[in-house]
Amino acid sequence: MDKYQFLTVLSALLFTMGLAGVVVRRNLLVVMMCLEIMLNAVVLSFVTFAVRSQTLAGVAMTFFIYVAASCEIALAMAIVVLLLRHRCSLDLAAHQDLKG
Amino acid sequence: MNQMTLIPLLPLLGFLINGLLGSRLPRRLVALVACGLPAVSFGLTLGLFLRLAEGGAPFTETLFTWAALPGFRLDAAFYFDQVTAVMCLVVTGVGTLIHVYSTAYMAHDRGFSRYFAYLNLFLFFMLLLVMGKNLLLLFAGWEGVGLASYLLIGFWYEDPEKTTAGMKAFVVNRVGDTGFVLAAFLIWFFAGTLDFLEINAFFNANQPTPAVMNTIALLILIGACGKSAQIPLHVWLPDAMAGPTPVSALIHAATMVTAGVYLLARLNGVFLHAPEAMTIVAWGGALTAFAGATMGLTQFNIKKVLAYSTMSQIGYMFMACGLGAYPAAVFHLYTHAFFKACLFLGAGAVIHALHGEEDMRRMGALAGRIPFTFSTFLLASLALCGVPPLSGFFSKDEILWSAWSAPNGSPALWLVGSVTAGMTAFYMFRAIFLAFFGPSNVPLLKQQGIHEPPASMSVVLVVLAIFSAGAGLLGMPGVLREQFGLSAPFFSFLSPVFAPGATGEAGHGTELVLMLISVVVTGAGILLAWVFYGRGRSLADRVRRGAGPVHELVSRGYYFDRLYEGVLVRGVDRLSEEVLAKRVESALHEGTLVKPSEGVRATTRLFARLQTGNVQAYLLYALMGLALILWWGVAHA
Repeated sequence: MDKYQFLTVLSALLFTMGLAGVVVRRNLLVVMMCLEIMLNAVVLSFVTFAVRSQTLAGVAMTFFIYVAASCEIALAMAIVVLLLRHRCSLDLAAHQDLKG
Repeated sequence: MNQMTLIPLLPLLGFLINGLLGSRLPRRLVALVACGLPAVSFGLTLGLFLRLAEGGAPFTETLFTWAALPGFRLDAAFYFDQVTAVMCLVVTGVGTLIHVYSTAYMAHDRGFSRYFAYLNLFLFFMLLLVMGKNLLLLFAGWEGVGLASYLLIGFWYEDPEKTTAGMKAFVVNRVGDTGFVLAAFLIWFFAGTLDFLEINAFFNANQPTPAVMNTIALLILIGACGKSAQIPLHVWLPDAMAGPTPVSALIHAATMVTAGVYLLARLNGVFLHAPEAMTIVAWGGALTAFAGATMGLTQFNIKKVLAYSTMSQIGYMFMACGLGAYPAAVFHLYTHAFFKACLFLGAGAVIHALHGEEDMRRMGALAGRIPFTFSTFLLASLALCGVPPLSGFFSKDEILWSAWSAPNGSPALWLVGSVTAGMTAFYMFRAIFLAFFGPSNVPLLKQQGIHEPPASMSVVLVVLAIFSAGAGLLGMPGVLREQFGLSAPFFSFLSPVFAPGATGEAGHGTELVLMLISVVVTGAGILLAWVFYGRGRSLADRVRRGAGPVHELVSRGYYFDRLYEGVLVRGVDRLSEEVLAKRVESALHEGTLVKPSEGVRATTRLFARLQTGNVQAYLLYALMGLALILWWGVAHA
């Protein structure tokens, strides 16, 4: 197993871990953190492939992803704060108004 | 935009100004706009007419292409030939006069600007009707005048009886319009065009089977019957008198109701090749003329007498059309517009003087009180009765002569026409004796207020009375033309449009004899009216009592209304209530609405379970969907 394989597998593992956390965990903050893990897993795979193919496109993509991610987290945190004020709880079970 | 396009557009402009801003403008300005724009239209019409009279070719103006299909093109185009010229002159001329009259008649009405907006709208549609180059444009105007008529009959909308009358006019007209539209479909199917000139040319050159020609002609006749209040679609006209009197004069006497005659004359190429339908038109007209006159004999409402008279006179015009004597029909249309408008406006002046009284039993002895109104009313009545040398004499005589001499005419037809002429004289003079002579039956309260109409009304009465008297001189009958070497400018003006009708063998000697007979019959009618109503009314009362059921039958309009009420209205009511509402609808409702909606509800309940409200569940669904798409993408790569 060379380092590229290792890094790709690591990226996949990280992504799966994040996904599991997002779907399973109840705490809103933890869900947010898991989201970030998923994002970083993707970034890792981008960088890996960029190094392997000796091109810059993948690395450049990283910057865009971080810009988008920082915007996203700023908004998401604001939403979390509002939700917290609304129900005084970080538990996702408390925020189930989107019922059919 | 040329002169011709402006003729109909100016009244439309008046409608827009008065309709949108009228309630905020001073009444003087509203009246100025409403009378001024039609007057300009009249001027423009006169200009075009003079160019035609000098021998110019008919004018055509294409505004835009309305619809273009492969092999079929429909233009929004105006056409101005000799018949249109006569119609336009009558519509804008009499129309403008009646607008002027209305400024005084409606002066105290709350809906002043609304009234004039409707009246201008009517003029626009009427001009569209007579100037349209094809059937569809004519139909647009046809429906438009129906709308304006509906709006104006129900003008005083607070009175449910009046709005009902408006609705009745509209609904009865729908029946006729169905015939019209079917006729248009058939014409399009066979001739492939809706342009009048092309239709007439097509049917002159090649006819489908006689059955087809007769069907088309009869369907057109149904349409014309609806608009022109001919039996059996006449029932709306007497009720239409609920509208303001100037409206009755303009729409329900002079212009709109004659649209049917115009339609028959326009499509003469169709009728020329449908001889059976022609005979039906002639006899239908004669029947309406006769029945209308008999109904007029028994009415006590002054406007209803005139309404039945209008119906009867249009019957004459239909009779002339059925005999192929189109120039005579148009001539009678033209003279009738003047004297009937004058009569209606005179009746309006009487009603105005008596503060809304329309029942002749509560009038009487008005000749001395309002001599000016009386003299114009009398002159117009004499013209209607056909006393020489007033206009009605010439035009009615021309029709009666055609009834005798035309190839499909007959002495029987002439006899019906002549008897009707006698009755016309009788009911008009009955009205005059009841309203203007004898003891005064006006309630004391209203005695004080009897007054001559204001200047703007009386000027109009005078102008119309002059035309009622003199208009007929333009169309001298053939015998007089020959005897005195006169010309008939009216008929020579129309001659380019209508092929000269065959006159049969009967010579001018016969014509002179028939003319004398009709004068005698008219005189007899007037004399009889004097015997019955002039020297005391005991005889009339006795005859009425003696006639009993017959009088009842006639005065109730031969129970047409009751028949329609009993058979059609009641029948439809019964059908919709008992069968459709109680059986069909409940079954349909159960099968097509309730059952499917229950199915939809059950399905939604199933899917609603998925919507738990848990964000993470939604996320999972999304991921599953994503995974499926990815899998599909990989599998089909």
